[in-house]
Amino acid sequence: MTRSAINHIVRQGWQRLTQTARLCCGVPDYEAYVQHLRQHHPERNVPSYEAFFRERQIARYKGTGGRCC
Amino acid sequence: MRDPIPQGITSTPESASSSPSSRLLWALVAVVGAACLGVVALRRGEPVNAIWLVAASLAVFAIAYRFYSRFIARFVLQLDATRATPAVLRNDGLDYVPTNQWVVFGHHFAAIAGAGPLVGPVLAAQMGYLPGTLWILFGVVFAGAVQDFMILALSLRRDGRSLGHMLREELGPAPGVVAMFGVLVLMMIVLAVLALVVVKALTHSPWGTFTVAATIPIALLMGTYLRWIRPGRILEGSLIGLVLLLASIGYGAHVAASPTLAPLFDFDAKALAWWLIGYGFCASVLPVWLLLAPRDYLSTFLKIGTIALLALAIFIAAPTLQMPAVTKFIDGSGPVFQGGLFPFLFITIACGAVSGWHAIIASGTTPKLIGNEGEARLIGYGGMLMEAFVAIMALIAAASLHPGVYFAMNAPGALIGNTVQSAAAAISQMGFVITPDELLQTAKNIGETSILSRAGGAPTLAVGMAQLLHNILPGGGMMAFWYHYAILFEALFILTTVDAGTRVGRFMIQEIAGLIHKPLQATESWTGNLLATAICVSLWGYFLYQGAVDPLGGINTLWPLFGIANQMLAAIALMLATVVVVKLKRQRYVWVPGIPAVWLILCTLTAGWQKLVGPISFTAAASKYALAAQQAHLLAPAKTAAEMQRIVTNNQVDAGLTGLFMLLIVSMLVFSLRALIKAWNTPTLTAHEEPYIALASVTH
Repeated sequence: MTRSAINHIVRQGWQRLTQTARLCCGVPDYEAYVQHLRQHHPERNVPSYEAFFRERQIARYKGTGGRCC
Repeated sequence: MRDPIPQGITSTPESASSSPSSRLLWALVAVVGAACLGVVALRRGEPVNAIWLVAASLAVFAIAYRFYSRFIARFVLQLDATRATPAVLRNDGLDYVPTNQWVVFGHHFAAIAGAGPLVGPVLAAQMGYLPGTLWILFGVVFAGAVQDFMILALSLRRDGRSLGHMLREELGPAPGVVAMFGVLVLMMIVLAVLALVVVKALTHSPWGTFTVAATIPIALLMGTYLRWIRPGRILEGSLIGLVLLLASIGYGAHVAASPTLAPLFDFDAKALAWWLIGYGFCASVLPVWLLLAPRDYLSTFLKIGTIALLALAIFIAAPTLQMPAVTKFIDGSGPVFQGGLFPFLFITIACGAVSGWHAIIASGTTPKLIGNEGEARLIGYGGMLMEAFVAIMALIAAASLHPGVYFAMNAPGALIGNTVQSAAAAISQMGFVITPDELLQTAKNIGETSILSRAGGAPTLAVGMAQLLHNILPGGGMMAFWYHYAILFEALFILTTVDAGTRVGRFMIQEIAGLIHKPLQATESWTGNLLATAICVSLWGYFLYQGAVDPLGGINTLWPLFGIANQMLAAIALMLATVVVVKLKRQRYVWVPGIPAVWLILCTLTAGWQKLVGPISFTAAASKYALAAQQAHLLAPAKTAAEMQRIVTNNQVDAGLTGLFMLLIVSMLVFSLRALIKAWNTPTLTAHEEPYIALASVTH
């Protein structure tokens, strides 16, 4: 395996790990959201990560669902 | 309606591998599993190493996943990898996002794993390690994982709808309302019993109380950091929190040793209950970013980390199980909880074998993240197997303790007294010989003054974990550190559940209140907010306080109520799955969700009946205290006539609640049977699935 292939795997693994950790805290993938906005709603403003985080933080504790006992 | 051929499933690489070598491999797994299980079950009189139990469980999980979950995916649910999921159809980049399956797996596991699988198996260890192990293994394979997987798949086919919504659609509006009412009551019992676990762990423990109290300023600091200093940097914020947390455990030793500081953190059960009630109120009224969210992050990461640490410790330390395989307490005379093997084992171990609560999560955020139906098997079935493994590890930690220590920690004071002498005598009488010195030494090792009657699972697990970790990393005073680490980790995520649950309960109550007086529904209104939070907190607070003054220590009384309620919800979810299978005209597979549903109905109704009438019932306890009160006797722990009266009332409330749960399950059974018979006699498909849309036509 080449060096760049290993680099790629490590980087991807780390990305998945942070994505999982953030999702566990109710914060979805910011990159995916930005991409979604650009693709489907180009007229809307793209929020900064900070604004995105604040909005999601409040949204997490709004609904039902929650966690297990 | 299209009845899809499950082509996606057949095209996955693992299922295409019926080659001779793979058959040989699975035969080998089966043989190894059977051999390990044989050792665990049949070797009597000589101690068994925990590794046998771990290996047997892993083999059972592997075989169940490979064969049974595939059978369910292919034939019962007929999952179709070519069919578009809600995440793809409604992709909004926020709630509905097609996400990598391992990321969803991690998220789903973190959401379903909580204190439940850690507490139940510890309590059930009073019957020996074998009954609990067998129920966890059989329960998860044929009930728990089936429920999680089927509800997840049902929700996937219904736009990611919630359990309540699906019940309304498939069974009718009335059963939907009945079930949702059940969920609210269940949640109040869950919050009370979990808060009681914390109370039991912290009673007269200045070290533990200090570290748990320290999490509040730490969370406030993290909240400020994540809001203003470095917004959204969760990893940084959590690392800072973790370091401060570990420092507070270290400093806790000084607090416990200091004659001036220790009394400030030394509380009895009643005082702790009041503190928790007040805290729960504040935490759910304050802005979430300040206290609730940062604690949530910290507890999520600590939870996953500690579960991994426990697994590592068991693998490296490979402890010997000191508890017998089966104790005499299977007859129902056990000190930890009353009642015989059937039905009480099956409601005591709820989470870990089968948990109704998971149906809410499997129809909550998870189905909105799955990008392909074929992945539901790993996430739904596989996620629950992982939770069962956590339960097995908790059972190992409890069973590797000296049985005398186990019973001293879990038997109520009414049975073993308040001194090490009386406890050692009472427990030796039970057949588990232990000396007062051994009990004293164990308490000293973990940095506490007493280990007696610390029921609730958390302290027992903490001592078990501390001993395992101490075996790997020996060192003076380290065992006390590990003990308080384990207590802190459990208290932290229980309190997070209490905060978040109170908030969710508040929204539910506001919704109901809105039906009567519209303005109360506005979640931004302070009147509605404070009023609904106060109602919610007093509902669970009542049961918590009741547990704190209970003659048998609370857990003994409240855990069966929790178990009955949780298994009731699981039975409701499985009944829904059964009805849907018939509505899809796949009657020949009706037994897959049907048998576990019937089993859980039998267990909950029998347990409910025994708690309602007969020697171990709430009614019997109420009349015992009422009779004594009439004759002006005082029975411990009551010290006044008013306290006697309160114990009578509490038991009457518990009896009423048990009756309510039984009524609920019987009515859900009637609703389900009605829908099932109607669907059976209808020749066409009547399930409310969304129409088929090809994945290929949606993905860009």
